[in-house]
Amino acid sequence: MAFVPDVFGQALNGLAYGVLLFLLSVGLTLIFGMLDIVNLAHGSYYMLGAYAGLTLIAATGNFWLAVLVAPVAVALIGAGIERTCLRPLYRRGPLDQGLLTFGLIYGFEDLVKWIWSGRIRSIPTPALFSGSVQVFGATIPSYRLFVIVFGLAIAVALWALIEKTRLGAIIRAGVFDSEMTAGMGINIDRVFTGVFAFGAALAGLSGVIAGPIQSAYPPMGASILVPALIVVVVGGLGSLKGSLAGSLIIGQAETFGKVWLPGASMLMIYAVMAMILLFRPQGLFGRALK
Amino acid sequence: MIPRAVGFAALVAIVAAFPLFAGNYPVKLLQEILIWGIFAMSLDLLMGYAGMVSFGHSAFFGIGGYVAALALVKSPGLVSALLLPALAAAVGALVIGFFSIRVSGVYFIMLTLAFSQMFYAVAFQAAWLGAEDGLVGVPRPSVLGWSLASPAAFHVYLLVLVGFSALFLWRIVRSPFGHVLRGIHDNEGRMQAIGYPVNRYKLLAFVIGGTVAGVAGSLYCQLVGSISPDAFLWTTSGEALLMVIIGGTGTLGGSMLGAAAFILLQSMVSSYTERWMLILGLTFVFLVLFAPGGILGALRGRVGIRS
Repeated sequence: MAFVPDVFGQALNGLAYGVLLFLLSVGLTLIFGMLDIVNLAHGSYYMLGAYAGLTLIAATGNFWLAVLVAPVAVALIGAGIERTCLRPLYRRGPLDQGLLTFGLIYGFEDLVKWIWSGRIRSIPTPALFSGSVQVFGATIPSYRLFVIVFGLAIAVALWALIEKTRLGAIIRAGVFDSEMTAGMGINIDRVFTGVFAFGAALAGLSGVIAGPIQSAYPPMGASILVPALIVVVVGGLGSLKGSLAGSLIIGQAETFGKVWLPGASMLMIYAVMAMILLFRPQGLFGRALK
Repeated sequence: MIPRAVGFAALVAIVAAFPLFAGNYPVKLLQEILIWGIFAMSLDLLMGYAGMVSFGHSAFFGIGGYVAALALVKSPGLVSALLLPALAAAVGALVIGFFSIRVSGVYFIMLTLAFSQMFYAVAFQAAWLGAEDGLVGVPRPSVLGWSLASPAAFHVYLLVLVGFSALFLWRIVRSPFGHVLRGIHDNEGRMQAIGYPVNRYKLLAFVIGGTVAGVAGSLYCQLVGSISPDAFLWTTSGEALLMVIIGGTGTLGGSMLGAAAFILLQSMVSSYTERWMLILGLTFVFLVLFAPGGILGALRGRVGIRS
């Protein structure tokens, strides 16, 4: 294989992975920015999305229906969790929040094992994108191209939603100062639930569309959480721009790590994180640390 | 004071003599409790005294276990069983701590969790560490020409090391150093203003906690004769966190009780159901929602035990 097409192909793989990470970390960072909660169970919504997708595809045979419905199901679960478990914690410290959401990882993972068994399950690639295409001499599975385009489209839609709409203005205000926003007559409680459910839905969406690439297995939630946390740390907590930049960087670092340092590929993303934290402890786009 | 000392001595005597009147399984449970208790105590030093809530304490447990496994195969002596694992865990804690203590709160939680999972990923991938199966067939060491292969000798050896580690941690939290740590826990800004190099104190505490955790990991590896990547897994940190919280943070001795409660409960529940993880998760959730001070805290509030 020639060097240039090879590198190009890997870069596209990294981009596909980065886009999946973005869908995950955007919820994580919004939830942190607004609710001041580090949601360690965010990876669980990714896992739930994949398994909900699996079941929906098995029941209907339609991948696209699963892409549409699974995130909604995950959003409902997220909203329920926010209302019952997280709401009492808004005034407590990071320890309690960390512990509770940590407990949720255990709970969800075991629940999934109970319902779907612990085996690795693959999600079939939709027929429309089952082939592969040649791009600049590199052979790329067309499903990966779809993931890239789809994810970037969602990123643009998110940007438009947050920067250009009234709802977006409310969310930005909430991230900046939720108490003041409530004072302006916004029902901030409902916005909190909405943002949490929305973040969960995006994580669920990421889980479904990751299915054909990574397949589904119960510890997937806990294992994707770590790269997602690193993305958020690299990009800066609470920053949307940061989570996009962080996802793309970590996506590339991990993919090229696998190619160039096969024995220690996982070390790559930590090296990147350590470098960035050394020079910018608050992350690339984060607000200065208190 | 005297009844307390007598009670404590009686407890130590019972623990020491336990293999004389109990079967293999209860003895193994007791030994696990002692090891996990030390591991939880080392975490309590960070959480309860220095105010650093680490979600990645498994990193040092795993380092200790893996280094012991690698070294004991080469030469089954005290250097391999104790010195090298402790040293490696200390170095690991120094590096992770260097990055992590620059931040606090949420960032600290996320970073420590991420770092510990890095070790998991490396151990899971590396062929020379046995990849996902880990390292098996680790021999027990011989100390001063005295083989610890016999259960009785190992029990004594374990007891001495656990006792020594506990005493060490106990001395630390009662030393001037320990008081500075508590000061940092209560008001970091003020300690800084008084002129304490807060970060250096935190780093040292992190290294001490990590070192003791490494010893616990090594002991665990010697107990079961193997070590797997799961030692690094987030669940290992989570279990230690739960032990500390059950026992009450900042009590040190409580962590040992927490470990006992946790392991006994686990062995009982596991014989009835496979859903131990679900129960564990719900325990976390309910503890945080309904008993923020831990079980000991809830009891104290109710019964009025002095804190």
